[in-house]
Amino acid sequence: MTETMLPKPGSNVLPGPPGESMLVEVRGEGELVTQDMSLNIGPQHPATHGVLRVVIDLDGEVIEKATPVIGYMHRGFEKLAEARDYRQIIALVNRHDWLSAFCNELGVAMAVERMMELEVPERAQWIRVLMAEWNRVLNHLMFVGSFGLELGAITPVFFAFREREDIQHLMESATGGRLHFTYNRVGGLKEDLPRGFLAASEHMVRNVRMRNSEYRDLLQGNEIFMARTKGVGRLDPDVALGYGVSGPTLHATGVPEDARVTEPYAKYDAVKVHVPTGTNGDSYDRFMMLVDRIDASLDIIEQVLGSIPPGPISVKLPKVVKAPEGAIYVRTENPLGQGGYYLVSDGRKNPWRLKMRTPSFNNISMIPHLLQGVLLPDMIAILGSVFFVVGDVDR
Amino acid sequence: METLFTLDNVWLALLLKVIAVLIIFLTVPLVMGYMEHKVLAHMQARLGPMEALPHGVGQLVADGIKFLQKENVVPAAADKWVFGLAPGVMLIPAIVVLTVVPFGPGAFAENLDAGIFFALAVSSIGTIGLLMAGWASANKFSLMGGLRGAAQLIAYELPMVLAAAAVVLQAETLSLVGIVEAQAGFRLFGTITIPYAVPHFFGLALFFMSAVAELNRPPFDMPIADAELIAGHMTEYTGIRFAFFLLSEYAGMVVFGALATVLFLGGWYPWPGYLLPEGFLGVVVGFGTTIGKIAAFMFLFIWLRATFPRLREDQLQRLSWLILIPLALLNIVIVAIAKVVA
Repeated sequence: MTETMLPKPGSNVLPGPPGESMLVEVRGEGELVTQDMSLNIGPQHPATHGVLRVVIDLDGEVIEKATPVIGYMHRGFEKLAEARDYRQIIALVNRHDWLSAFCNELGVAMAVERMMELEVPERAQWIRVLMAEWNRVLNHLMFVGSFGLELGAITPVFFAFREREDIQHLMESATGGRLHFTYNRVGGLKEDLPRGFLAASEHMVRNVRMRNSEYRDLLQGNEIFMARTKGVGRLDPDVALGYGVSGPTLHATGVPEDARVTEPYAKYDAVKVHVPTGTNGDSYDRFMMLVDRIDASLDIIEQVLGSIPPGPISVKLPKVVKAPEGAIYVRTENPLGQGGYYLVSDGRKNPWRLKMRTPSFNNISMIPHLLQGVLLPDMIAILGSVFFVVGDVDR
Repeated sequence: METLFTLDNVWLALLLKVIAVLIIFLTVPLVMGYMEHKVLAHMQARLGPMEALPHGVGQLVADGIKFLQKENVVPAAADKWVFGLAPGVMLIPAIVVLTVVPFGPGAFAENLDAGIFFALAVSSIGTIGLLMAGWASANKFSLMGGLRGAAQLIAYELPMVLAAAAVVLQAETLSLVGIVEAQAGFRLFGTITIPYAVPHFFGLALFFMSAVAELNRPPFDMPIADAELIAGHMTEYTGIRFAFFLLSEYAGMVVFGALATVLFLGGWYPWPGYLLPEGFLGVVVGFGTTIGKIAAFMFLFIWLRATFPRLREDQLQRLSWLILIPLALLNIVIVAIAKVVA
């Protein structure tokens, strides 16, 4: 502490007030040298929704250096998976990113299916697309609400949760779960859709679309919201790609990389997928990506609703599912970005290794870059718009 | 105008005044707090408190009892005296200001000649409490909250005083009761009776915005900023001391609502020039009118909170120094010219 207060060679040094040993260094035009303050944001802090910890060095309110400290929520999913059979893993992977449960299970189920060279029934594939998109809407609504909350607008979160509740109710009617759906099975789905699900979905699409356009108007017409997010936390496409950023955070920089389009899985090749992109890569663009993606997902749901064929929803499998020896990498477009599952099997009933590539981890890794030199309040606007779930970071 | 508490026995009158002020202080902010609970809830598509008595009317009383029972935690590194005094320093000015606020014809404790000056001066003492709490908590978040609060006070006291000065210029008196009376006789260019809110529209807007900033209410609640500073200066407070901060916030809202009512909406007169009935009935009608107008301002405070995100500290300062203060000065110039010409 005292070292930082020592005068640098060639600088003006003024003695401190009488009785105080502190030296005051004058830099240039009477500018005082100030001491940096290091501040612990988290692991328990209202801004970091979860147990992310960011240690920041502050000069006044300007952040000089930010270091994310992760691992407070490490639950060892990858290791646990090695001790579970393939059916159990499905229930395990929908927990690391609890806001995209269905999309996570889908990735693992697909990895096992591809290794076993299973032909998944058409109907199951269509329903997987339907559920994955509903899950995406569910996830994005959460972040639409929480971003407003972080900027100090307390109302959006209540509105967003109203729609979330309806969608959760809908998904519960099919899957039996509100958060952890566990609806996928290796080779298909747990069970068929309940009667009336498609009609209810159609109704919900209209409802959410109407509400979503209300939110768009509410926020775009809000001067303070614009002032707080426009031009804040600008991210260049090169930097984003360098850090492996994906999903809405990457799309906001103008890169339309989306696994649903570039490497379609399930039935995404049979539907028209619109990938909204931004131009500036700032907080505002990142946020608008969510709102646009909700609309895009609703479009996909509408396409799916009319084209689900009748038929079985699952293939018959032996009692013990064993993936043949080998390795496979499957990537899916999860709500927060690219989800990857690297599965290595030695032919037994549980994987030899399951490596997860989660979007939140990569998104969080560029935080030191984004937070350099910004103001403390902007940190909140940036953290809130680099979408992450702490469980997905720490796994 | 004489106060209702004009008695032969000076000490009895004093006692009655103190009791009346305390009753106002303990009831009106509570009603306004309940209003905030309910209005905010309905704006956000929910019900708000429903359990404590019908429609949750007793919620704030229940909260108060809860606060009393809570442990009073003082951080080990805190400056204990300052830490303990800060909530009081914040609360007392709000009570003191209520002594000069007229709630009805004669329904005020004291009619000071320098009423508005006194009210504005005393109400800004509360910020010292904020600064004390921020410093004494020995918490970095509290410290930043305290500093932001102090910066905000300096930036927003100015447009507020300037907006009030324009009204004083118009009414030719500093006394709050005098301003109400002057407003009752005010005619816009000698034609219709109208409250000052119309010719002083900018003044009212400036005064209200500054009040929002000075009370640290959203969208100008950076000193508290729950997403950044946890709760700013209140972070380390628990129990009844924390409740004091909340109470002083609501009392402050009532005080600024009352001042705005007196300065711009014609005080206890439902409409300037409309004469109240004589005697006790007049006092009751006047009191109800004032409370109604305060409630209207409270509704605005709540509406803002439900609608806007938080501004950034530097944007707030820029707004004050580059927009509000020049506008306030311009407002004074216009009022002065109109006063001389008319």
